[in-house]
Amino acid sequence: MDKRKEIFPHGIPGHNLGEIEREIPNDEPPAWPINDKLKVVGKRIRRNDALAKVTGSAKYTSDIQLPGMLYAKMLRANVPHAKILSIDTSKAERHPGVRAVHVFTSDDEGSKYQDVKYAGQPLAGVAADSLDIAKEAVALIEVEYETMPFVIDTEEAMKEGAPLVYEEPIGEQTDGGDVGVTHDGSEGKGNLRGPTTSSFLGGARGDLDQGFSEADVILDRTYRTQVHTHVPLETHGVVIDWKPDQMTVYASTQSTKGVRDGLASYFDLPKNKVRVICEFMGGGFGAKHSAGTFGPMAAELSRKSGRPVWLMLDRKEEHIAEGNRPNSIHHLKIGAKKDGTLTAIQQKSHGTAGVALGAGVGRIAQGLYTCPNFSTEQYDVLTHAGPGAAWRAPGNVQGAYGLEQAIDEIADMLKTDPLVLREKIDPSEVRKVLRQRGAKSFGWKYRPPGSDTGRIKKGIGVAQSTWPRFVNLDSTVEVKMYSDGTVEVRSGVQDIGTGTKTILAQVVAEELGLKAEDITVRIGDTIFPDAPGSGGSIVTGAITPPARNAAYLVKQKLFNQVAPQLETEPSMLTVSDGMIMHKEDASKKISMRDALRRMRTGQIEASASRSDDYGGFQQPWGLAYGDLGSVQFAEVSVDTETGFVKVERITAAHSCGRPLNISQIESQVNGGVIQGVSYALYESRVMDNKTGHMMNANVDQYRMPYAKEIPDIDIVLVEEYSARSSTDAYGIGEPANIATAAAVANAVYNAIGVRLYEIPMTPASILKALNKVEQ
Amino acid sequence: MNRFKWYEAKSVEDALEQVNSTVSNEVASRTGNAAVFKAGGTDLLDLMKEGLVEPKTIVHIGNIPGMREITADLDESVRIGANVTLAEIEEHAYIRDRYLALHQAVASAATPQLRNMATIGGNLAQRTRCWYFRSIDHKCLRKGGDTCFARRGENENHAIMNNGTCVSVHASSVSTALMAFDAEVIITDGKGEEKRVPMEEFFVSPGEDATTENILRANEIITGVYLPPVKDSRKSYYIKQGPRKSYDWSIADVAVVMEMQGSKCTEARVVLGAAAPTPLRSRPAERTLTGKQVSASVAVEAATAAMERARPLSQNAYKIPLFEAIIREAIMEIV
Repeated sequence: MDKRKEIFPHGIPGHNLGEIEREIPNDEPPAWPINDKLKVVGKRIRRNDALAKVTGSAKYTSDIQLPGMLYAKMLRANVPHAKILSIDTSKAERHPGVRAVHVFTSDDEGSKYQDVKYAGQPLAGVAADSLDIAKEAVALIEVEYETMPFVIDTEEAMKEGAPLVYEEPIGEQTDGGDVGVTHDGSEGKGNLRGPTTSSFLGGARGDLDQGFSEADVILDRTYRTQVHTHVPLETHGVVIDWKPDQMTVYASTQSTKGVRDGLASYFDLPKNKVRVICEFMGGGFGAKHSAGTFGPMAAELSRKSGRPVWLMLDRKEEHIAEGNRPNSIHHLKIGAKKDGTLTAIQQKSHGTAGVALGAGVGRIAQGLYTCPNFSTEQYDVLTHAGPGAAWRAPGNVQGAYGLEQAIDEIADMLKTDPLVLREKIDPSEVRKVLRQRGAKSFGWKYRPPGSDTGRIKKGIGVAQSTWPRFVNLDSTVEVKMYSDGTVEVRSGVQDIGTGTKTILAQVVAEELGLKAEDITVRIGDTIFPDAPGSGGSIVTGAITPPARNAAYLVKQKLFNQVAPQLETEPSMLTVSDGMIMHKEDASKKISMRDALRRMRTGQIEASASRSDDYGGFQQPWGLAYGDLGSVQFAEVSVDTETGFVKVERITAAHSCGRPLNISQIESQVNGGVIQGVSYALYESRVMDNKTGHMMNANVDQYRMPYAKEIPDIDIVLVEEYSARSSTDAYGIGEPANIATAAAVANAVYNAIGVRLYEIPMTPASILKALNKVEQ
Repeated sequence: MNRFKWYEAKSVEDALEQVNSTVSNEVASRTGNAAVFKAGGTDLLDLMKEGLVEPKTIVHIGNIPGMREITADLDESVRIGANVTLAEIEEHAYIRDRYLALHQAVASAATPQLRNMATIGGNLAQRTRCWYFRSIDHKCLRKGGDTCFARRGENENHAIMNNGTCVSVHASSVSTALMAFDAEVIITDGKGEEKRVPMEEFFVSPGEDATTENILRANEIITGVYLPPVKDSRKSYYIKQGPRKSYDWSIADVAVVMEMQGSKCTEARVVLGAAAPTPLRSRPAERTLTGKQVSASVAVEAATAAMERARPLSQNAYKIPLFEAIIREAIMEIV
């Protein structure tokens, strides 16, 4: 591919904005100036599907109605560990209205059925004329269990002699959105798997002993976090219509491609015989990358019945079986010199993703601060509980909760403002700006821990995060212009709810000199070109450059046709406000619509795929590190008599490259902060250790935050141009969620002068920390 | 949820003729042929969704004429019809002015949406929110089983007093305030006879019978709540502490009603919610307050006295300082 050189804006406006020359592919457009000088990109553009969503005309997966459609329900194990001796479906099959029954079987020798490894594991399913009938039929299935000992508690599971979840090695976690942090599950003994001792940032570095010997202060602590379920508003589920020529799948998914590939592989079908559609999506937070077990079940029932099958999970199933953020027992030993310089970080962590893997938390301690000596050992602990899944910045939220409190504690030991300490040890230029602007907006004025007086004590805290900027090159977009002047953008990418559909319209509109509402965006369907799943905050940085590039190519094709009419060269043409104009001669112009009407073909189209980052990747497989920073500040008040904590306000200072849509970015940050507050104070999966059941598998006693729990959220958004692609934009979904819980924990400590080493912080744990509980 | 028949009751007599069981009976030993009452349905539907009750017939009492009125008698006592919603009580000016603690308890119950549906009768008759009771997978004492799973399990929300058998706490925080005003439950039986039962006698402790939380039988229905008249000198305050402020079940709530002569308390009611399997009058606290000039130190004494008999479980000792804090605060809000 021929390349050319272009000058790009580079740096942070108001701080160090300059220019940089990049070599870019010839078929990609010249650099955009900074957002100030653009018309559509970087503005507060209303979501293009807002009206459909608020009026209810948007059809989500559970709304799909197909002719002859059946409703399905799955039978789930009600014991946590057992061999299945028999499953008798005869009564269910005879139940009036039942059209198909399917039982999951095992390929293993010696057992017909898969062993039950957690309470809630799906065993069988029924498709019937109505959901009521399906539920009644499921209740008629008789299962004979041979129950076995089980273990729920993480630390109990780590002990020698604990009941084993797996006797044999297990494969890598498949449902993750995280990259490069899990081991393959084959190492380890008992219920332990691991350790993971490296990430894409490398492995251990330096000499720990040397590092600790150079330290003036050494902190040695253990931080604990709970299991946190995803609770998307829309549960997991599919509607599957398996016809001889094609399996059509309507899925609530954050990866149309992932569901297609998963079902194609499960049923050994060619990829071109599986079509996955997700036009509207009610949230996933990392748990909806695959077809799960409900996908194959619905497909089997559709195949058996010859009818479309609707299978959406209920809230209880969602909590129990469709993913969670693993807990963490996170040990950190950190050495520092008097001036704050970190000399050594030793990390060890255990966590349980239930019957799955993916509980590592080490990357943030490895990469956030400058420290020459580092080592990590991260273990997965298998327990008889529902499988974990990627959860908005997998591993980093737990990791930051520990690390950012540890840094706070070191600041305390050194009697320094924790913000000043971070200035010393944090190499990131963007976080320097985030700290400055965030602190100013928050009104940060450090006060010693526990210095507030009275019953209600206020405190402030700060925490930081980093998130790698992943790029997925399998990101393709088509842009079509029709002769009536309309424009259509097509990609298989789904909109998890963050506004992907809208930013695609924006970048194409900007390139074509149109308005965002002029662009129709068709996504969420695998008949369109492939694009990545909505995980790793990848999508914005992956899909918007090819969208712009495809629009640019379409525009070039149009210029080629228009130039002779205007008696000029294509390179002399430009677009603005719906007009094609000569760059120098204002009299030579034609409206885009007129130009399109005179085309030789009814449409012109082009497609483009994501190219390598301009300037090259920092890691060979599509990763640039250290770009997505955040610094969050929290103010809390603690009632020292009731133990009640209220997060009063959060200032969230964030960067995400070139911001594309300010309203949508603020939405992401609001959501991330709210989930972070909830993680710090409210949500927690409660398991009964003696019976193996989840006790709060609902949204009544699984405590989500409502209006009064939500703090004032002040967002400081920093534009940062790094000249990496034609849009230079990155995602912000995950970064928004990482620092909050740690900032809140630091603020609680600052308020009461006692640190809690575990979340959620509840009246019970606060009163205990304040020594008010005799037990 | 099972499929069921819907019967729209036209009168109390009609309703009583149709029902043949109580929700409590059905949870403990299902007949398969049950007809049970539904008023607002906020509790019954949750129980049905979990499969804990599968009534064949639902007898809807929500449209029975005359059951949805708040009336004051000549002696200034108040009768709240059983079908009056919590939202309607919350908005009632006379109740707010005379029975502040009740207004506060109602206003802090559930959510605005639920208060629009939930009735006072249903609130009194609702079942505990103990998560073992609410789980189809745990046949606990309250469901006719022989184990209290919470006793050695997850009991952070559970009882710190009277917790010798079942350790659940009653879900009605409105009852905490009603009991403090010496309210009585008006119950009508199949013969159309009405009786008034003091709140303390309405609730059944699990030691007597764990499978029910109140004295209601299948041939009885709550038709209203009677509130004795209160003079201007009767002051009250209610505080509920949930893990969240927007919406949550109480982890500790208290209603204090005091007859005040100047700053002297001549009679007191201190009722604790979420402390025991039933709303619980704290006579030690009441005795501490009665006859005293109420001050901060007396409030501390009363709060301490209220917790003297607390016997916390493995995870809920935090409730003791929490109760002490809100009892002190409620007393001091009055004086």
